[in-house]
Amino acid sequence: MLKGKAFKFGDDISTDLIVPGRLVHLRSNLPELAKHVLEDADPTFAARVKPGDFVVGGNNFGLGSSREHAPIVIKMAGVSAVLAKSFARIFFRNAINRGLPVLICDTDQIKEGDELEVDMEAGIVHDVTNDVNLTFKPIPKAMLAILDEGGLIPYIQKYGDFKIE
Amino acid sequence: MGKTLAEKILSQKLGRDVSAGEIVVSPVDLAFVQDTTGPLTVREYQASGFGAIADKRRSVLFLDHAAPSPNAQLSTDHLLLRSFARDTGCVISDVGAGVCHQIVAESMARPGDIVVGADSHTVTAGAMGAFATGMGSSDVAVAFALGKTWFRVPETIKIEVKNKFQQFVTAKDLILHVIGMIGADGATYKALEFGGKTVESMSMSGRLTIANMAVEAGAKIGVFPSDQTTEKMLREMGRAEQYRSISPDKDAVYERVIEIDASELEPTVSRPHTVDNTVLAKDLKGVRIHQVFLGTCTNGRLEDFALAASILRNKKISPDTRLVVAPASKRVLLQAMDAGYMRIFIEAGGMILPPGCGACLGVHQGVLGDGEACLSTANRNFKGRMGNPNSFVYLGSPATAAATALTGMVTDPREVL
Repeated sequence: MLKGKAFKFGDDISTDLIVPGRLVHLRSNLPELAKHVLEDADPTFAARVKPGDFVVGGNNFGLGSSREHAPIVIKMAGVSAVLAKSFARIFFRNAINRGLPVLICDTDQIKEGDELEVDMEAGIVHDVTNDVNLTFKPIPKAMLAILDEGGLIPYIQKYGDFKIE
Repeated sequence: MGKTLAEKILSQKLGRDVSAGEIVVSPVDLAFVQDTTGPLTVREYQASGFGAIADKRRSVLFLDHAAPSPNAQLSTDHLLLRSFARDTGCVISDVGAGVCHQIVAESMARPGDIVVGADSHTVTAGAMGAFATGMGSSDVAVAFALGKTWFRVPETIKIEVKNKFQQFVTAKDLILHVIGMIGADGATYKALEFGGKTVESMSMSGRLTIANMAVEAGAKIGVFPSDQTTEKMLREMGRAEQYRSISPDKDAVYERVIEIDASELEPTVSRPHTVDNTVLAKDLKGVRIHQVFLGTCTNGRLEDFALAASILRNKKISPDTRLVVAPASKRVLLQAMDAGYMRIFIEAGGMILPPGCGACLGVHQGVLGDGEACLSTANRNFKGRMGNPNSFVYLGSPATAAATALTGMVTDPREVL
């Protein structure tokens, strides 16, 4: 069970808002880059987020560049999962490849600061503050296999190939 | 059942019939990274003990996003990529050569190829009939190692375009119009396939502009059939033997078909801070622009420069505006010099950057100041995109960019004739 507090963001949170191009020189210094996670969407986020907390977005979370650094720094901040109504394709794939759960559910029902519990097996987000249960869309089987190994590189190291057809 | 282009390319590659919704593991014909995503790929590759590159002649590292490098950290990233290329034998395209997507189009992608790149605008090569898509650094590390990747075969939205563009209305206006219509997530996980009479007579340069921006509607690929225009381009590049005809079946099944009358389109602009926030250029009268950026993998080709030069010839840009020009490749730069376009830009008051991404992504070469606005021919206008979250980016065609440079305000190119 994943437990933490919800940090709400709006629609169209681009990878430029998560890790902007002006900080591209920090991409080989991930701990330093992680201090700026989501800075241009909420400058106070990095200081407030605690291990286990959730990033909760609206539509089309993670649109834009293919920079894998976006899910990397969100995970480094201790975020246990990103919840959104929908995700951009590359961000979704990158997050799974880094072992960061990305869950599609009706995030309109979640408010800033709500306490959440996520049951990955049951596919349920329990908003403790509101006492509402939300179901999230199952992660496709092929991707779940990668997530379960902690990401793409560990998955390939284990199996030596894709075992997902 | 007939096949869409996406289904056809993947079926031919796999040697069996596949259709939308299936998960497939596919060989990769070309895999690449660039200098902002590549260092992570290299570190993942080295740390995971993957061994030799599967096909080093078709695995490429491009130094283009910070080219030449503006600081010590990025210079050191460049060193890492150069030494990886030396150690593994994979191909390197060093600073000054140009933007990865332009070089892939000029020298590498072939109709029917599967192309993966650690850059979202990898979709550009779809203009040549390739199945080309952007991925992250880890996915490309695995493609380097195994020579394959996995896909979900996408459903397809067909964009069917008829009739002729009005003067000064371009492929860029068409794709901005499409993105404005279907939204920044209107094609998420799907293929955008382009067809119709307008597309058949469209230049390769225009096709590359459209395919390039497919990802701005969320698409996995933006793809065109190959035809005599593709063949001509390959012949010009000394790659005639790489041509192969690939087109969708007449009875292909599309999720949706969108018909567009090109003659009804007008110069279109995306307003800050999303690409789908489109409006006609003529409806932005009076919006002050401090910098015009002409270039990038979207609109930094010879045809784009010819169009802008036709508007700027023997004229001076507004004293309140900077004009920054970045050719998409060394080949484009040389051709534009020979054609006299660079002289026109410089005499009009503009400046020329080396071939590469230039000011597009906020790393260097034209970062905006607080409160400044840029009219850019690039593909993205997200908040902070050009290096400053307190600045504003408008997107438009090379014609709109040139007209805007003359007035210092967003300008419909038909108004400066």
